[in-house]
Amino acid sequence: MDDGLRELYQEVILDHSRHPRHYGPLDGATHMGEGHNPLCGDRVKIYLVEGPDNRIAEIKFEGKGCAISQASASLMTDLIQGRTVAEAERLMGGFLELVKGGDPANLDEEDRERLDVMAGVSAFPMRVKCATLAWHTMKSALEGGKTAKAS
Amino acid sequence: MNAEPKSRPVSAFSPENVRDDFEILSRPIYGKPYAYLDNAASAQKPRQVLGAMREFASTEYANVHRGVHYLSGRATDRYEEARETVRQFLSAGSVDEIVFTKGGTEAINLVAASFAAPLIAPGDEIVLSVMEHHSNIVPWHFLRERQGAVLRWVDVGDDGSLDVEALDAAIGPKTKLVAISHMSNVLGTVTPLKEIVARAHAKGVPVLADGCQGAVHTRVDVRDLDIDFYAITGHKLYGPTGIGALYAKRAHLKAMRPYQGGGEMIGEVTRDRITYADPPARFEAGTPPIIESIGLAAALKYFSSLDHDAVHAHEADLYAYAREQVRAFNWLRVIGDAPGKGAILSFEADGMHAHDLATILDREGVAVRAGHHCAQVLMERFGAVSTTRASFALYNTRTDVEMLVAALAKARKILG
Repeated sequence: MDDGLRELYQEVILDHSRHPRHYGPLDGATHMGEGHNPLCGDRVKIYLVEGPDNRIAEIKFEGKGCAISQASASLMTDLIQGRTVAEAERLMGGFLELVKGGDPANLDEEDRERLDVMAGVSAFPMRVKCATLAWHTMKSALEGGKTAKAS
Repeated sequence: MNAEPKSRPVSAFSPENVRDDFEILSRPIYGKPYAYLDNAASAQKPRQVLGAMREFASTEYANVHRGVHYLSGRATDRYEEARETVRQFLSAGSVDEIVFTKGGTEAINLVAASFAAPLIAPGDEIVLSVMEHHSNIVPWHFLRERQGAVLRWVDVGDDGSLDVEALDAAIGPKTKLVAISHMSNVLGTVTPLKEIVARAHAKGVPVLADGCQGAVHTRVDVRDLDIDFYAITGHKLYGPTGIGALYAKRAHLKAMRPYQGGGEMIGEVTRDRITYADPPARFEAGTPPIIESIGLAAALKYFSSLDHDAVHAHEADLYAYAREQVRAFNWLRVIGDAPGKGAILSFEADGMHAHDLATILDREGVAVRAGHHCAQVLMERFGAVSTTRASFALYNTRTDVEMLVAALAKARKILG
């Protein structure tokens, strides 16, 4: 098999897409964001609870989409639950760099390692938007629940 | 000679021979042969088309209808010859019934803006089918939003066939136009256009056909169809992008208001008065796609030089072969099985999103389309977010089909 494909559809990604973590609606969410990729019709909803200490106490997502978009959403929720808003934004910056082929300097080793499973997307420029949709939607949820467009 | 075993239609046409005309088809991608099966989105161009455009631009190019100099005269002649070539291709009665546009989308927008819009009072209806491409939906939504038009949707059956009775029933006293695809870009369904036109005309309603696929995969005779408007695009007909054409009956064109304003489309312009040129110039404001018109004419001549019946039989053979091959995949659901359909295979696959599938197919050497194919109303009808589509052209071969089938099996292995 093509090495790029093997990297893209590695077991961790497929596992997240088949068995997404933090999937479903979230009662008592303080923030909600809706993302839409008009190119493929994929949609994602992000619900989260922001605590008084600016931490994301809980985060869940719903949506339908390709393996990449679903895995990315699942991985993201896993990673940022319990983090502060500022940390979530820093992780997002690192993630965006990573999937565009960059080498993010602002991630600690453990975060970097966990996000690295998505790095294979950088070899598939047409699919980067699939990977970033959930993150943009999370950001728009934090900013007050506006609808995110894939970008 | 091709060495393929059986069920190949007997004819002089052979895809192996025409493939030499399409340089891109022999270029390796990812270091290996590549099967281009995204023809319904856009077809590749033969060297005859590219050569004609280059030759024209190198030897006869200038703006048209303006200059008195030699080159302008030559360019004008060639541009008008291209119009004649389109007329012949569609079997129209007069070159004055052929308007050059930048594509099928503009042709339909022209009809919406210049023919339909002035007829629409709130509550008036446009009848269209659920399998229309967005280019034959959105212009009508404009009339709904801006003028209160009502869109009457005609459903398709589960096999993707159009119910002519249902369409007939949808045409009422308030219907101003029927806008219908000649061939669906997703389902491959070919609509019985002649019968649709007869039924609509019996109620005094004109018909527009989106012929962007139909002109590629069926033989079009607009006089035999008695159709009012027929839109085509160049780039799916093995021609260049940036050019298409609208066939419209002369009486309609004469009654229609201008579409865009600018040079070339006027009779006389003063400070407080304007007259317009006669059709088709009235609808061709500004410098037209001149080089592209030469490319389109070359494409139509190329296409017409082939035995159409043999080409269509070849495409039907490819489709039947692909359809038969994928029957073995019980995880794959084909959308669109109407009798007599064109060579487009759309499907959903269990547990596999179309974009993942298309990415894997691409790396395995097969180009397909994944997504909603600019037909979201149809996707909704079939309960699909997106589908994967393989669409065949005259230069595709059974080897391409076999590459598709092998790549599908591989994708299933990776994702299934």
